[in-house]
Amino acid sequence: MTEFLFFIEVVVAGLLAGTMYSLVALGFVLIYKASSTFNFAQGAMVFFAVLAFVGFMELGLPFFVAFIVTILLMGLVGYCTERMVLKPLMNQSEDTLLMATIGLGFVLEGLAQAAWGVEVRRLDLGIGDFPIQWIIDTFGLFVSALDLTAGLVAAFLIIGLSLLFKYTKMGLGLRAVADDPGAASSIGIPLNNIMLLVWTAAGVVALVAGMMWGARAGVQFALVDLALKALPVLIIGGFSSIPGAIIGGLIIGASEKVLEVYIGPYFGGAIEGWAPYVLAIFFLLYRPEGLFGEKIIRRV
Amino acid sequence: MKNNKIFMEYNKSDIINFLLLMLIAFVLIPVTVKSGYWYSSILIPWLCLALASIGQQIVMGYAGQLALGAAGFMAAGAFACYNLILRVPDIPFFVALVLSGLIAAAFGILFGLPSLRVRGIYLMVATLASQFFIVWMIDKFGWFKNYDSSGIITAQDIVIMGKSFTSPMEMYLVIVFVVTILTLLAVNMARGSTGRNWMAVRDMDIAAESMGISLLRTKLQAFAISAFYCGVAGALFAFTYLKSLEPVAFDIKLSFKILFMVILGGLGTINGAFIGAAFILLFPVLLNSVGNNVFHGAIDATIISSIEQVVFGVLIIVFMIYEPLGMAKLWENLKFKVKNK
Repeated sequence: MTEFLFFIEVVVAGLLAGTMYSLVALGFVLIYKASSTFNFAQGAMVFFAVLAFVGFMELGLPFFVAFIVTILLMGLVGYCTERMVLKPLMNQSEDTLLMATIGLGFVLEGLAQAAWGVEVRRLDLGIGDFPIQWIIDTFGLFVSALDLTAGLVAAFLIIGLSLLFKYTKMGLGLRAVADDPGAASSIGIPLNNIMLLVWTAAGVVALVAGMMWGARAGVQFALVDLALKALPVLIIGGFSSIPGAIIGGLIIGASEKVLEVYIGPYFGGAIEGWAPYVLAIFFLLYRPEGLFGEKIIRRV
Repeated sequence: MKNNKIFMEYNKSDIINFLLLMLIAFVLIPVTVKSGYWYSSILIPWLCLALASIGQQIVMGYAGQLALGAAGFMAAGAFACYNLILRVPDIPFFVALVLSGLIAAAFGILFGLPSLRVRGIYLMVATLASQFFIVWMIDKFGWFKNYDSSGIITAQDIVIMGKSFTSPMEMYLVIVFVVTILTLLAVNMARGSTGRNWMAVRDMDIAAESMGISLLRTKLQAFAISAFYCGVAGALFAFTYLKSLEPVAFDIKLSFKILFMVILGGLGTINGAFIGAAFILLFPVLLNSVGNNVFHGAIDATIISSIEQVVFGVLIIVFMIYEPLGMAKLWENLKFKVKNK
């Protein structure tokens, strides 16, 4: 029984860690949905946002003000990106846009480090990264408070964003733009505002993801590499589906932990580094469009 | 006249340019450049990375497969070469070099398999697996590192026909020799039917397939040849520039660097690989010397490296917008303007 309990514990820890991947993946999906641009810079945005947040906190701004200022800053980043990168590259191939966003990622990483330095910062959210006594007593499981918070925050964000897309006028406009930008702008949907909204939303998601990761591992450059793991998540979940990002994150989180604990020891450990990618490859062979993605039909 | 067939397609000025380049590379530079710094810090890494860029160029610029794992194949080549020389008695250096390229090519085929099903960003993620997997494998299994506990292994000396090539200039000559042969080969492949097939697949794979080009063959061939170039480049890089082998040296940052060399240099050009590599390598050197000499160290080194990152990023965006064909195209334009003046 204890063995089974241990398995459950591993899975739960994996699922909760997976929500952190989901948070990063969510930012990718938002932008992909709106502009069918794969924003490779999302990882850099996570790093940029949380470093800015910590930087503002160090200036003496209270938590909430720093949060708002960072969101405004991310809105500005989104605005500049839209104006200076995406607009001139309109109607270019997806690969070109992808490479441009790789460049954007480097710009953001460099700017963040130039402005706030390269040393590892601590971020204290007031939530400990230790098991909650209450859950240990009731279920006998060790679940970290930080993991649980991340899970709740992710759930909150997803519900919020889904409602936003479904019921607001902006959301409707966004879905129209996602469907056909030309047609949408011809009937008077303000393309620029929609893009600004989407990039700001992606910035907020990046900030939240960065805060969760930063509280666990410190605010440092390694966050960018961690964010790369959101890529296999997207492949499993599909690039254009918000629930897909969440479920993909959960699958990657859980399977990575299970593989590491049960199979890792036979290979000398640390297979977490590549297991998600290999998993994604197998997934690609079976279902290239992901669990929830739209089937891609290509014609000559 | 069968022997001359390779050169038949090239016009006279190409051959003259080539001979001139060879004269510079094999005679002028060794005769005039005496300082070891130029060889070991600029020329050697430049040629090694340019070779890896040609590899990336083949798979990405010619065959149009967005791959991001060049450093992984370089690691495979480097450690294959180390182990071959260590374990096979009396193996000639060039045989070891070719074999390590072939071993890297085997990995290339393995990790190129997903390209048959997916493209674009999907493929990029799949090829990232090669990057992480190969480096992890070398790191975790002691055999590859000959059970060395220190983690840093010194590369063996390059010995060719009983003579060891250890001074920077001698190593440079070895590299120039290898790079010349492989570059000629790459140019020929790119101009021949192989390259035409790659480009057809790049421009529209479905159309290429319906014209009778085997996607399976063409794509895997591109991945294999690309990985071969990267493997050879990695072995040379480790043996002549790093002089020690550690998997960390071949991390994802190096892959990104090589990707940038290809994008900035110009996709689908061989000389772009050389131009891009020179730029990515020399720009930080330039920036550092400006920081030291103009501002006298008033600017922190970390800030300089951040600025370098920003500049690379901005350049990529600018090139994507204004000149997607990169610096090689700028060079062509310049030549054209000078000629028609």
